[in-house]
Amino acid sequence: MGMEGIGARVARKEDRRFITGAGRYVDDMVVPGMKHAVFVRSPHAHAEIKKIDVKKAKAMPGVVDVLVGKQLKSDGIGNLICGWMIHSKDGSPMKMGAWSPLAVDRVRYVGDAVAIVVADTKGQARDAAEAVEVSYKELKAVTEAVDALKKGAPQLHPEAEGNLIYDWEIGDAKATDAAIAKAAHVTKMHIVNNRLVPNAMEPRAALGHYDKAEDHYTCWTTSQNPHVARLVMSAFYNVAPENKLRVIAPDVGGGFGSKIYIYPEEIVCLWASKKTGVPVKWVADRTESFLSDAHGRDHVTEVQLAFDKDNRMTALKVDTIANLGAYMSLFSSSVPTYLYATLLSGQYVIPAIHANVRTVYTNTAPVDAYRGAGRPEATYLLERVVETAARELGVAPAELRRKNFVTSFPYQTPVIMCYDAGDYAASLDAAMKAADYAGFAKRREEAKKRGKLRGIGMSNYIEACGIAPSAAVGSLGAGVGLWESAEVRVNAVGTIEVLTGSHSHGQGHETTFSQLVAGRFGVPIESVSIVHGDTDKVQMGMGTYGSRSGAVGMSAIVKALDKVEAKAKKIAAHLLEADEGDIVIENGALKVAGTDKNVPWFQMALAAYTAHNLPAGMEPGLKEGAFYDPSNFTFPAGCYICEVEVDPDTGHTDIVQFVAADDFGNIINPMIVEGQVHGGIAQGIGQALLEGCKYDASGQLLTASYMDYTMPRAGDLPSFKVSTSNTPCPSNPLGIKGCGEAGAIGSPPAVINAITDAIGNNDLTMPATPQKVWAALQAAKKH
Amino acid sequence: MSEVTINVNGRTVTKTVEDRTLLVHFLREELGLTGTHVGCDTSQCGSCVVHVDGKAVKSCTMLAAQASGSSVVTIEGLANGAELHPVQAAFKEHHGLQCGFCTPGMIMAAVDMINRHPEGLDEATVRAELEGNICRCTGYHNIVKAVLAASAAMGKASKGKAKAA
Repeated sequence: MGMEGIGARVARKEDRRFITGAGRYVDDMVVPGMKHAVFVRSPHAHAEIKKIDVKKAKAMPGVVDVLVGKQLKSDGIGNLICGWMIHSKDGSPMKMGAWSPLAVDRVRYVGDAVAIVVADTKGQARDAAEAVEVSYKELKAVTEAVDALKKGAPQLHPEAEGNLIYDWEIGDAKATDAAIAKAAHVTKMHIVNNRLVPNAMEPRAALGHYDKAEDHYTCWTTSQNPHVARLVMSAFYNVAPENKLRVIAPDVGGGFGSKIYIYPEEIVCLWASKKTGVPVKWVADRTESFLSDAHGRDHVTEVQLAFDKDNRMTALKVDTIANLGAYMSLFSSSVPTYLYATLLSGQYVIPAIHANVRTVYTNTAPVDAYRGAGRPEATYLLERVVETAARELGVAPAELRRKNFVTSFPYQTPVIMCYDAGDYAASLDAAMKAADYAGFAKRREEAKKRGKLRGIGMSNYIEACGIAPSAAVGSLGAGVGLWESAEVRVNAVGTIEVLTGSHSHGQGHETTFSQLVAGRFGVPIESVSIVHGDTDKVQMGMGTYGSRSGAVGMSAIVKALDKVEAKAKKIAAHLLEADEGDIVIENGALKVAGTDKNVPWFQMALAAYTAHNLPAGMEPGLKEGAFYDPSNFTFPAGCYICEVEVDPDTGHTDIVQFVAADDFGNIINPMIVEGQVHGGIAQGIGQALLEGCKYDASGQLLTASYMDYTMPRAGDLPSFKVSTSNTPCPSNPLGIKGCGEAGAIGSPPAVINAITDAIGNNDLTMPATPQKVWAALQAAKKH
Repeated sequence: MSEVTINVNGRTVTKTVEDRTLLVHFLREELGLTGTHVGCDTSQCGSCVVHVDGKAVKSCTMLAAQASGSSVVTIEGLANGAELHPVQAAFKEHHGLQCGFCTPGMIMAAVDMINRHPEGLDEATVRAELEGNICRCTGYHNIVKAVLAASAAMGKASKGKAKAA
């Protein structure tokens, strides 16, 4: 391919606006007459609302109106829903409690929205919000999932007895128990996957504008999937019918899952705009984001991994309790089930697997997908228990893994997934070589002389991206299909616009998608524009999450390009008086193969639109659309190795080396792929070392600012050594697997395996803060 | 209300604003310079860094009134017309940005850092000095690369090279 086609490290087209301050995020939008909104939020984790008095607030300077939940309900605005149905093992459907966009009679977490204040300025709205008098009757709260399941725990929703949302299982319990009973060795662990806050740097925001003349709504919102937002707001929340609602997600400052969901605020801003007759803009504070963005992870698990006398894995038994917070967020139910338990086979042949998952309501912010979504939890669990088993069995961690790798494909796991391609040993070898694994013992000795404890740990992850065939996810309970759409418009002068249902919020689609088109037709990359993020421009799409934009979004573009190419060749053949089968596209021209006869791309395009000389019966124009529905998940996999030095006096962990060897299949732009891995690893290291979302027993969020929640900073991280191998994905036309989440999935267990190796104590939870590491070190000394 | 006169990107502007108006809100809302971002409420994230009289300042920690009489440069004023500042160019070349939200603050902080280190920069120094700027996308890997490259491009020998020589 050429300099700008597939495989080239093309600098990003979108960068210029971002580095010059010309990016346009929701908070940058100004609409004439626009007013500013502030939400009144519950200061209590659990309380009855006795009375809301807005009189004083309404009389404050600049206040347009103060609106509450009762008004919203009487206008017919619907409750928020979870769009993925999970059935408990007894066959009963999940127990979804009502979630009103503005709480009416009860609040269930600190930050639950109670009222919206609209005023001329944000300052005035904030002042007035403080003057809204809400009388609460406080109720007992529960924040830990394990506690919420106990008898006598505070009850959150009448629909969910004992706070249990579902009790679900996958796999063969009998076979698993039988294999464990006759195992030569069983490794048992209690694993906690710490609760995280996604923390995209751009806080969530919404600008709702009701146009009375057109009886039409526009919503600018920080969304990863504006079409899904429009669909859900129309179909379930009764905001407006789809043809009367335009959703625009302009430049969006990071998502990591947290901007997939449709939150109360965008619904309320749209409704409030009609109610007040003015455009209403809301932008979250950072503390508001901590309180009300969907959080991630928060699992507690008991696991057993069984081996035969040859150290082959025979069974895995998992019992997980997952905290879903106070309400079921849009895809929350799928995360600890189909995005988690289906990956529990990891890279290994494990003949029997059984997982039981209970999800639970607590008085905390809703929990949903955060970068990796279920797969980091599965990987952490499995890679911690495999590493621990290696230590117990006295075998090298790499060799225990290698012995149990899946090596022939396709491989049907006992937990739904059918792995289509991979070479796990290749990634392991590449990572061990890059890390100079063989030289570790020497480095450990050298560190010891300096008074430092050096450790090494690995993690061999597999994940599922795409996400999947629509019919397959439909059969598993998904309320939506997971295809993607594309439209390719070749203009009369030959420039090309690609309309995609994928949404870029940092992933660089404007560049990679353009590379695909430029490479295909040999046109300059500048002549290709990518259009996304606006339901008025792009008809329909499913958006960006689950590392799906390459594997699914670009596959849809390929399908549309195939159609464009076919028609372009017909036109060229007609113009060149040649056979259509002899036309090839090279360097921006359509040529008759083996001759110098050609028609430049732009001339062919012009011919399509002048329509003076087209083949008989051909319609003018050159515009083609496609929908692509994947035929399988894709399965990125890889090996991560982390090397640490622990200061025994302070418990401080220094990551001295981090190696990633990933198999993402074919790659369009290696520079962008590496960037995705870097960012994912940083989030994974953040989870392992620094980040932990904490509520106190009364349900107050203790980590509600960057003063309290430790974000990874430049000084906390090393430079990373990343490399990729390539077994192309057989299920999509580009052979792409997806790279967006791997870093966050694969890295946490590698870090914890390294630290526990360094300190000689396996009993360590994330985040491994200096205090925890120091305490674990002292405990190890006593033994 | 306060009358505030600030030279912003070479142009002197006078506005009457609420006393509590922060410099960042003055720039964004009064002047429409939306390249300077607000990413937190506690002066931790650095998305709002601008230069006030040549020094990097978090514009969320300063009242507009405090900046009255000063010269402010924002991300919009950094390039020389169509010609990017070397730090901007390095961020693009080395893929030092993804979603772009922290980027203006990162670039303004990096320019200041390079100016304060005429002896040149090494990786450890860059990482330490980026303490006041949070990025959630890049893992800092390429930001560090970009700052080092820009420092070199701006005519400062890297420490490593200086030592070798």
